[in-house]
Amino acid sequence: MTERTKVVTLEKVVVRFSGDSGDGMQLTGTIFSYLSAILGNDISTFPDFPAEIRAPQGSLSGVSGFQVHLGSRKIFTPGDKADVLVAMNPAALKVNVGYLKPRAIVIVDTDSFQKNDLEKAKFTTDDPFAELGLTGIQLVAAPISTMVKDGLSEYGLDNKSAVRCKNMFALGLVCWLFERPLEEAMHKLQSKFAKKPAIAQANIKALTDGYNYGNNIHASVSTYRIESKKAIPGFYTDINGNKATAYGLIAAAEKAGLQLFLGSYPITPATDILQELAARKELGVKALQFEDEIAGICTAIGAGFAGSLAATSTSGPGLALKSEAIGLAVIAELPLVVIDVQRGGPSTGLPTKSEQTDLLQALYGRNGESPVVVIAATTPTDCFDAAFWAGKLAVEHMTPVILLTDSFIANGSAAWRIPDLDTYPEVKPQYVSEYKDEKPWNAYRRDPETFVRYWAVPGTAGFAHRVGGLEKDFETSAISTEPLNHQKMVLTRQAKIDKIAHVIPELEVLGDAEADLLLVGWGGTYGHLCEAMETMQENGKKVALAHFRFINPLPANTAEVLSRYKKVVVAEQNNGQFANYLRSKTPGFDPYKFNRVKGQPFVVARLVEEFTKLLEA
Amino acid sequence: METIKYQPKDYKSDQYVRWCPGCGDHAVLNCVHKAMAEQGVAPENIAVISGIGCSSRLPYYMNSYGFHTIHGRGAAIATGVKTANPALNVWLMTGDGDCLAIGGNHFIHAVRRNVDINIVLFNNKIYGLTKGQYSPTSNRGVVTKSSPFGTVEDPFIPAELALGARGNFFARAIDVDLKNTTEVLAASSRHKGTSVVEVLVNCVIFNDGIHKQITDKEYRSERTIFLRHGEKMRFGKENEKGLVLDGLKLKAVTIGQDGYTLDDVLVHNAQSPDTTLHLMLSLMGGDMPVALGVIRDVEAPTYDEAVEQQIASVRAKNPIRKLRDLLMKGEIWEVK
Repeated sequence: MTERTKVVTLEKVVVRFSGDSGDGMQLTGTIFSYLSAILGNDISTFPDFPAEIRAPQGSLSGVSGFQVHLGSRKIFTPGDKADVLVAMNPAALKVNVGYLKPRAIVIVDTDSFQKNDLEKAKFTTDDPFAELGLTGIQLVAAPISTMVKDGLSEYGLDNKSAVRCKNMFALGLVCWLFERPLEEAMHKLQSKFAKKPAIAQANIKALTDGYNYGNNIHASVSTYRIESKKAIPGFYTDINGNKATAYGLIAAAEKAGLQLFLGSYPITPATDILQELAARKELGVKALQFEDEIAGICTAIGAGFAGSLAATSTSGPGLALKSEAIGLAVIAELPLVVIDVQRGGPSTGLPTKSEQTDLLQALYGRNGESPVVVIAATTPTDCFDAAFWAGKLAVEHMTPVILLTDSFIANGSAAWRIPDLDTYPEVKPQYVSEYKDEKPWNAYRRDPETFVRYWAVPGTAGFAHRVGGLEKDFETSAISTEPLNHQKMVLTRQAKIDKIAHVIPELEVLGDAEADLLLVGWGGTYGHLCEAMETMQENGKKVALAHFRFINPLPANTAEVLSRYKKVVVAEQNNGQFANYLRSKTPGFDPYKFNRVKGQPFVVARLVEEFTKLLEA
Repeated sequence: METIKYQPKDYKSDQYVRWCPGCGDHAVLNCVHKAMAEQGVAPENIAVISGIGCSSRLPYYMNSYGFHTIHGRGAAIATGVKTANPALNVWLMTGDGDCLAIGGNHFIHAVRRNVDINIVLFNNKIYGLTKGQYSPTSNRGVVTKSSPFGTVEDPFIPAELALGARGNFFARAIDVDLKNTTEVLAASSRHKGTSVVEVLVNCVIFNDGIHKQITDKEYRSERTIFLRHGEKMRFGKENEKGLVLDGLKLKAVTIGQDGYTLDDVLVHNAQSPDTTLHLMLSLMGGDMPVALGVIRDVEAPTYDEAVEQQIASVRAKNPIRKLRDLLMKGEIWEVK
């Protein structure tokens, strides 16, 4: 009997792969997202891994997950709850029980659900599903490890290597569920294991076996069909936020005709930026690892002084260490991009989890009056544009720019249309060769409109000069402790940053022009807030979203936009830093606040619930 | 091509020099100007970086590109300048507190990497700008404002630290000897790789006479020995003394006495990769003369060149030069 299971056509679906941190769930999820993306689905992914490299096998703390949200229309987030969960062991099932839809398909490897596996995951009975109250789910329980071993018996692999292919069996099974052809997955595996053809073949066999197993079982689970979406024509690739950030810097340097220099130090979750740029030698990038966070930024400041587009990449604790050096770049008025991939804090905090808690550190975390440009990327692919802007503003306005991303968008990925740089704005530093004033040039002579000083790069004859951390005279650029001069320089540095409000895009409002409630967010929560807004609109509510990418200076129309709505809620993953910042910048602005600091992304359903309550209040 | 002859004044800025009258830093500044003129590098191709402290004011007194940075981080900033643009002649002006206390980590790593910068370490064994606290080179037991009962810690010996960090160039000079200091600074500029020149300088206000026991004209020739590569290690008023190896130790002898002849006196080999003798020479003091001059000068691959070479070798094999070309070579799909 080959009774075909029912096919459900959906607009979007959430799949979560979960297992022990050694089970290869990240690879499985990555390949599945790629397969979906090339079929024309929109995707958003969220890897969720433990801080420990190898937590005890089978334990709750060792569960590693990868969630992908795919759809035929625009996908903003990796999704709240899973339609399909692959749980390679009982710990993975237990950890994810709160993230399942009522009728979710749950695929488990029964070989890993034995008595001692259940004990490791702290189950007290031998029926984990009943114990977790999972009654409505569609269970696909298969002896995956056994079938993988049997299927590979001819392949001459030892037991351990054979069992390691079980993630591909699971992938094959999921591919069957979603009618995904396997060819592209096979190519991926061949290139991943190019140097180990035997392993590649074994993985491909397990993948195929998984697919065929799905096809042959008579379980009455739903299979899913997701229509391809209509995307803007072009070439696409799957990209995560850290890579997009790295490429955005490369793009800015390319447009400016400058060498890109990155001084960095490894730190979760920012390290990928260093690694990606360190590999880009063919593009002439100098990306180097130094002895500590401070050396990372200081080498970058040196490189900026020497005429490069210079950057440093870090996370919250590293930003704290770099504070003093950022102040130096402020007073020396040197171009510098500082990327902070935010993670849970304070201190070491939650290194692999995501938060928006570094906002005030970025804005104010330095001694003295020390204004810098602050930009926050909104999605994995927006990291490219945000990094491009950061590079552009840094070299054009001779200032440090702090680019805030976060672990969620840094590791999350989405389909990205490969940009045509010709359509991007020019990046034109104001070199000293453009100085035309009749007064003799010195280091702190400024453009009268922008207050930007002219960039005199060492090696340029006739423009040798000294800069430094001591206050300088507005007119002569010699060291000065004169009270009125200091006041003037403080105001000038502030005005230089404030004027950037006129060169950045205005704040856009999405949704209903006549909204009863304006949602306000910034940075990496864009997807969740957008989806919450759309859901509320589908529920007949009049809502709008103003999402900020430029934090300092704020877009010029900020106060006007905020004043248009009677009810405003600022939603952010901290205790209200942006809400309070907006209040300080916008007299009379008194928003509602929605704050969560759990190290996990917002849950759209929860946002909708809270915002609807606010509307009705 | 016509070569321009530079004079020391070409490297002087118009700024009034604000060090205390009698400070050793004045002399070193003059030597730096002279050494640069001797090297003939155009002022616009020189970048002088510094940290914080009295000596770190030096860039303001130069007519080159200069960057007075933050406490201890000069070595890292100079590393960035040189790595970004290896064509520049990069100097780091630093003191014992700036370089060896707060900046110790950057110092040892710069030296280990062998980035081609010239570090001039002004060692007066005291914090001057903060008005008289002990430094990491202050002798054990010294009474200062922050050690009213004497310090209870041993100092760093800069040479030992530099060689321990795998340094390839170390020289020592004294502020009062302008000729030799200039010679040593010029040698440090010629050396490719990190060079460390420790200049023993006097702080007239907070540590006056700290190096007097060796720098005073009266006994300088007896208590110091100026080393030159390829020359015999001789010292003394009449050059009558020399260094010999006695077992595994260095020994100061008088030529013609106790059976020692000139042939027994060691010839200085600054270019020996082995650090043993360089370290022994650097650590001399007490009954032995303090070694001055270029103690170690060994060629080794430099960091900034290696970075460039690696990029060049990748580019020789990989023709991609634009971001879009790179992305189009990746895993992509087309939407029509």
